[in-house]
Amino acid sequence: MSTPSITSPQDARSRYLLRVADTCLIHAQRQSEWCGHGPILEEDIALTNMSLDLIGQARALLTHVGQGATPPLDEDQLAFLRDERDYLNMTLVEQPGRKGGRDFADAVMRNLLIGAWLQLMWQRLQASTDAEVAAIAGKAVKEARYHVEHAADWVVRLGDGTDESARRMREALDRLWPYTHELFDDDDADAAAVTSGLGPARSALQADWQATVKTTLADAQLALPKDTAFRSTGSRGVHSENLGYMLAEMQHLQRAFPGGRW
Amino acid sequence: MNLPAGLFPTLPVATDARWALPVVPPRRAGESRVERAWAVLGSVADPEVPALSVVDLGLVREVTDLGDGGGLAVVVTPTYSGCPATEQINEAISRALEDDGLGPVSVSLRRAPAWTTDWMSEVGRERLRAYGIAPPGRCGDAAAGAPIHIVARGVSCPRCGSAQTERLSAFGSTACKAMYRCLACREPFEHFKPI
Repeated sequence: MSTPSITSPQDARSRYLLRVADTCLIHAQRQSEWCGHGPILEEDIALTNMSLDLIGQARALLTHVGQGATPPLDEDQLAFLRDERDYLNMTLVEQPGRKGGRDFADAVMRNLLIGAWLQLMWQRLQASTDAEVAAIAGKAVKEARYHVEHAADWVVRLGDGTDESARRMREALDRLWPYTHELFDDDDADAAAVTSGLGPARSALQADWQATVKTTLADAQLALPKDTAFRSTGSRGVHSENLGYMLAEMQHLQRAFPGGRW
Repeated sequence: MNLPAGLFPTLPVATDARWALPVVPPRRAGESRVERAWAVLGSVADPEVPALSVVDLGLVREVTDLGDGGGLAVVVTPTYSGCPATEQINEAISRALEDDGLGPVSVSLRRAPAWTTDWMSEVGRERLRAYGIAPPGRCGDAAAGAPIHIVARGVSCPRCGSAQTERLSAFGSTACKAMYRCLACREPFEHFKPI
């Protein structure tokens, strides 16, 4: 590990945008683990296609954040050369699937819970006072619709499917649900974003998110889990143990071969 | 992220009169540099769908003559956030214009308004169908955020024309396509998704 970490921008605006960018990036990384392992060919292609969209969205936002940093940073530095505490993704997206990441129930449930959130976030960001953020959102929101449709389709099909598929979807929901509280847990970056018109407070997405998710879960015959006292904090930089392993894999090449190119 | 030249080698593609792109037309007398540029770009194929030019796809939004040997400024709007061909397309545009003596060429990106399949030309749609890909329907309000339906309506088989088709997956070999099959002629085919 010979490349030192960069100093990540810590201002409220950057943290607000990094939270969305990192959620896309880490979600894409987790989802891309299915590449070559999808349960059927169509699903292998779908999961990797969605990951590609998410990486594109993350790239655009990371580039934008990096251009505003002092000194300027590029997308690769932000994607690969930060320390774990500087990644601000929602803890939900770093959660691995059970069975060594091969439980499809976990993949589709995570995709629904975070996909519905991202779709709402992009919708609201289209009205950002930052023209570049609004432009990125205008493209991303179209892609997000396909992701949510796809995830919801599978959640209903499997949740309202066989005894086995219903049981596994219930377990996936119960396991991931506690991490959803964080999706609406405002902090100072949200407050600053509302004041500047950069974007919505996370809490402002909650009612619409619940409406979408509850409808889909009802169609899938899945009961809404009870809220627990557990609170995750990835979007403040304090992650579950899973992110470190992901970063080790993601950062290995950049750290071992500084500035390495193809 | 710069990909090396030659990572995606250009495969020899058998051309077919039904969908082949027009060759670059000869120069016309009195043709402006901008008019010439659009004519040249009409023959620059999209790397993932060679039946469509970058103009048919609606990727090229603006061509400006910078005058006095300043060359051309081309504005491009990307199709998908994660489209891996973006850099390759920009290079192909620069190369084609410079080979035609219109350089130097600068290609810049414009994100807003976001690209939509509604910008695809009618000629392009027909060429797409001849190539074996069902062209996209109109997005209209769908682009504004209305829910999309699980089964898209009105996707006809590009081979036999039957409207009796079903979607196999919303995602296909590239980000822009979905997989379908025809219930009449039983052939699988791709559909260029409206977005």
